[in-house]
Amino acid sequence: MPFGVPFGVYVHIPFCASRCDYCDFATWTDRDHLIDDYVSACVTDLARRRASGLPIATSVFFGGGTPSLLAAEQLTRILDAIERADGAEVTVECNPDSVDAAKLGAYRRAGVDRLSFGVQSMVPHVLASLGRTHDPANVRRAVDLARDAGFARVSVDLIYGTPGESPDDWQRSLDGALALGVDHVSAYALTVEPATALGRQVAAGAPAPDDDLQADAYLRADTVFAAAGLDWYEISNWARPGEACRHNELYWTGGQYVGIGCAAHGHTGGRRWWNVRTPERYIAAISGDTPAVAGSEVLDPEMRAEENFSLALRMRTGAVAGARSAAVVSELAEQGLLERGRLEGDGERIVLTRRGRLLASDLTARLLLAGAASPDSAPAPGHPPSLALGTIEC
Amino acid sequence: MGTGTDTRISDNGRIVTSLDRIRCLSIIAHIDHGKSTLADRLLEMTGAVDPRDMRAQYLDTMDLERERGITIKAQNVRLEWNGYIVNLIDTPGHVDFGYEVSRSLAACEGVVLLVDASQGIEAQTLANCYLAMESDLTIVAALNKIDLPAAEPDKRAQEIERVLGIPAGDVLRISAKTGAGVRELLDAIVDRIPAPKGDPDAPLQALMFDSIYDAYRGVVSSVRVFNGVLRSGARLRYVNAQRDHDAEEIGVRLPVLTPVATLGPGEVGYLIAGIKDVGEAKVGETVTDAARRAEALAGYREPKPMVFCGLYPVEGDEYADLREALERLRLNDSSFTYEPETSGALGFGFRCGFLGLLHMEIVRERLEREYNLSLVASSPNVEYRLQLTDGSTEVVDNPSSMPTPQQIEAIEEPYVRTTILTPTEFVGTLMELSQQRRGEMEKMEYLSEDRVELVYVLPLAEIVLDFFDQMKSRTRGYASLDYEPVGYRRSDLVKVDVLLNATPVDAFSAIVHRDRAYEYGKKMTSKLRQLIPRQLFDVPIQAAIGGRIIARETVKAKRKDVLAKCYGGDISRKRKLLERQKEGKKKMKQIGRVEVPQEAFVAALRLDE
Ligand SMILES: Nc1nc2c(ncn2[C@@H]2O[C@H](COP(=O)(O)OP(=O)(O)OP(=O)(O)O)[C@@H](O)[C@H]2O)c(=O)[nH]1
Ligand SMILES: C[S@@+](CC[C@H](N)C(=O)[O-])C[C@H]1O[C@@H](n2cnc3c(N)ncnc32)[C@H](O)[C@@H]1O
Ligand code: SF4
Ligand SMILES: [Mg+2]
Repeated sequence: MPFGVPFGVYVHIPFCASRCDYCDFATWTDRDHLIDDYVSACVTDLARRRASGLPIATSVFFGGGTPSLLAAEQLTRILDAIERADGAEVTVECNPDSVDAAKLGAYRRAGVDRLSFGVQSMVPHVLASLGRTHDPANVRRAVDLARDAGFARVSVDLIYGTPGESPDDWQRSLDGALALGVDHVSAYALTVEPATALGRQVAAGAPAPDDDLQADAYLRADTVFAAAGLDWYEISNWARPGEACRHNELYWTGGQYVGIGCAAHGHTGGRRWWNVRTPERYIAAISGDTPAVAGSEVLDPEMRAEENFSLALRMRTGAVAGARSAAVVSELAEQGLLERGRLEGDGERIVLTRRGRLLASDLTARLLLAGAASPDSAPAPGHPPSLALGTIEC
Repeated sequence: MGTGTDTRISDNGRIVTSLDRIRCLSIIAHIDHGKSTLADRLLEMTGAVDPRDMRAQYLDTMDLERERGITIKAQNVRLEWNGYIVNLIDTPGHVDFGYEVSRSLAACEGVVLLVDASQGIEAQTLANCYLAMESDLTIVAALNKIDLPAAEPDKRAQEIERVLGIPAGDVLRISAKTGAGVRELLDAIVDRIPAPKGDPDAPLQALMFDSIYDAYRGVVSSVRVFNGVLRSGARLRYVNAQRDHDAEEIGVRLPVLTPVATLGPGEVGYLIAGIKDVGEAKVGETVTDAARRAEALAGYREPKPMVFCGLYPVEGDEYADLREALERLRLNDSSFTYEPETSGALGFGFRCGFLGLLHMEIVRERLEREYNLSLVASSPNVEYRLQLTDGSTEVVDNPSSMPTPQQIEAIEEPYVRTTILTPTEFVGTLMELSQQRRGEMEKMEYLSEDRVELVYVLPLAEIVLDFFDQMKSRTRGYASLDYEPVGYRRSDLVKVDVLLNATPVDAFSAIVHRDRAYEYGKKMTSKLRQLIPRQLFDVPIQAAIGGRIIARETVKAKRKDVLAKCYGGDISRKRKLLERQKEGKKKMKQIGRVEVPQEAFVAALRLDE
């Protein structure tokens, strides 16, 4: 199959061995008995979608939860049910604890070409306070196994600003992650979600992450990664040239994808939609041949334009700001929060600076209120804007 | 209902209860000395309220009264006892509601002065007793709460004799709680309080001593007839308003509203005349016959607001609701004032005037509950008189509208004569407090070997600030206080402004004595530093007198906000977060370049409370 219009398939695997203190994702630690039925349901869902004309996938992403918790055959059964373009990117999120040589080998043979490990930190006491079960040695072992299995593309997730994490700790995690030889890193500021163990601790008076320390950590990460040849391509993502995650880029460029599995989201035909939240309900819906889709929304042109703008602003390629926001653009540029680029259409391309990226939410809201995203310059619904795939030069 | 009074409620046309069978009185006392509880016993013993329907402080009907256990509004009721009509008014004891007492007294020939037998005479005992004396009313004094172990009736009776000149032997002893002595009190009321005088054949003269607004019936006024006869259906003249109205319904409160055909001299009842605007049925109004007019009776001086604050809806879009609520509440409480005001920090609201701090609290609470509003109040202040350098004068009730120091020649502030009654042991600490608060002693007198009366003249602003709380805490609640205005005096006052990034925030401007300016500035700047969210740049928060900075804090620039992580393609969630952030930003108050959510100002003002 030729590499045509980008189209993604996201498969959600809602199972984990244990729940990390900070995590509020749709995942469960006590439902392993559902895995078989769940896998079958995903396969059925895919078969039905294929029958009603599912485009050929240019990227597949197994996210979670912990996809690597599945037996290799279970995961590959699902993957086999997805028709893919030649050279399609296939990523599996892995927990360093739940991989072995056989499993990774099976992935590779089935067409997985990219692994993303949840590492979070390379410092034992930080891992412990995040409620993670692995240690830095597991990570090293897991990445080595991945290399041995033939994976050229390996990414790690890191979390910074955990209370108790010193600047030196963070530096150790950065160095440790780079020493793994990865070509892609996602680094997230620890976010306190209310419905988590961490959220309850903080509500009860435990220290919350400190914004200033997180800002320092971010800047340090950006410096260290850049020095190692990994440049930012999205606020929380850094990669060697050509190694950006194409699937995630779909999300940020208004691209199209389907969501398979519970709590998965899709974006097709101008509509954003999402599946029922629990695995039980997903299995029940699919086996009862009732819709697994729990809700959806169609954005009006203005909201669509605002969404495109705000997503684009998260990326290295930047966004085109409509003329109405010129004053705010100038003001923010003067404050060193964004850089102005070439003129395009009735606006100019703007890109957040390092300091600006840390304030992305605030700046986006400010620009939108100033009229930065005008519906007239919005791409037609369902089509990625011009800066889509391949245009990123890092 | 009672027995053989020669009342003829249903007897159309002819006259009415004979004067010598009527008694009109108010129960007056210091706060909490048991007025409403005594009223309960009287309602019970006279059979006005069925024991099954009885509840404590029966006449305190407002939710707020019941919750706080205090009377806010005077209530009148008609009782029958031994063939006599007893028109009773239960009054509030708190200093803020002194005007309710004075207007109640105008409808009476006598009072029952209650004194708590363990506490003895307190500040409002004196104040209210003097009011009754000035109006030449007969005083029946009674020591209440004699059931309490701490009661010292002999000693208190002596105190009453010495301080108020009422012979100790005439002082009754009762327990409003158990009912002990209450029958004797009823008999004493009938025996000692003179019957009303009045001429049933003269032109009608009735005094309106209260008006409330009822959503269904319009204005319901309480009236005391002095001369002539008020007849249902009659065409009436409201003398001061110069308007005529029909007496749609007249009646008596038993306490259930019960229509009657006529009310003659000495009688107290209610009048409904189809009036929708309380302004046309003002307390103090004289009601007469439209065809046969009489002169106006002496009215009341309208109480003047002494304490002011801005009231703002927390949600800006509730401004219209607030205005309507103020209009409606004023129908039932004409003693507060309001006028529109705009604040850069708080948006659109009203500058309101109140009789005192409790009154302010109560009005605000009623607005919030009865009209379902959420409000924020700026710090209370008094009214200032300015002499400007150009020779003109100006009255300012809002610190933010104070001219610059250069334009001001002199500032005068209201002073009050403050009477404090305290056990002897606290005299030292109270003198110290009064001096700190710029008080000048006028008098110190021993009421008995262990009770002292202190009289100070001090700025009302000090009372509004925290004098009362300080007094209570220094005396473990044993001292009481009453005050009355004594005019304006020149003071060394300055306006302290609070500036955010060099722009003044009007809601926090205050007029304070020069010696306390720094303290105020320090307090406000550090409070705001905690509450103002970080901006994209450093924001100085300063306190200043004119151009001179007296305190400063800085809110450091924000460096990071929410970097939402990616939930497997869930863009809707991100967009909603962004929508919320946008909405939040839209609602921000813009103080110069600084964006502040209204909640921050609200919180800063709440912390003050
Ligand atoms: N032990 C005892 N308590 C009493 C007596 N009379 C009143 N109280 C209590 O004193 C408190 C105040 O009584 P109220 O009747 O509300 O006093 P009040 O004078 O109407 O108060 P305000 O209207 O707020 O001025 C209540 O807790 C009563 O129960 C009494 O004779 N004996
Ligand atoms: C859905 S998890 C999947 C990874 C895999 N389950 C694991 O944890 O090993 C994706 C990433 O989101 C990040 N993440 C999850 N919750 C977070 C939080 N509360 N704050 C910051 N990052 C978080 C972690 O870095 C995590 O690796
Ligand atoms: S962070 Fe990953 S491993 Fe931990 S609970 Fe969440 S999904 Fe599971
Ligand atoms: Mg009372």
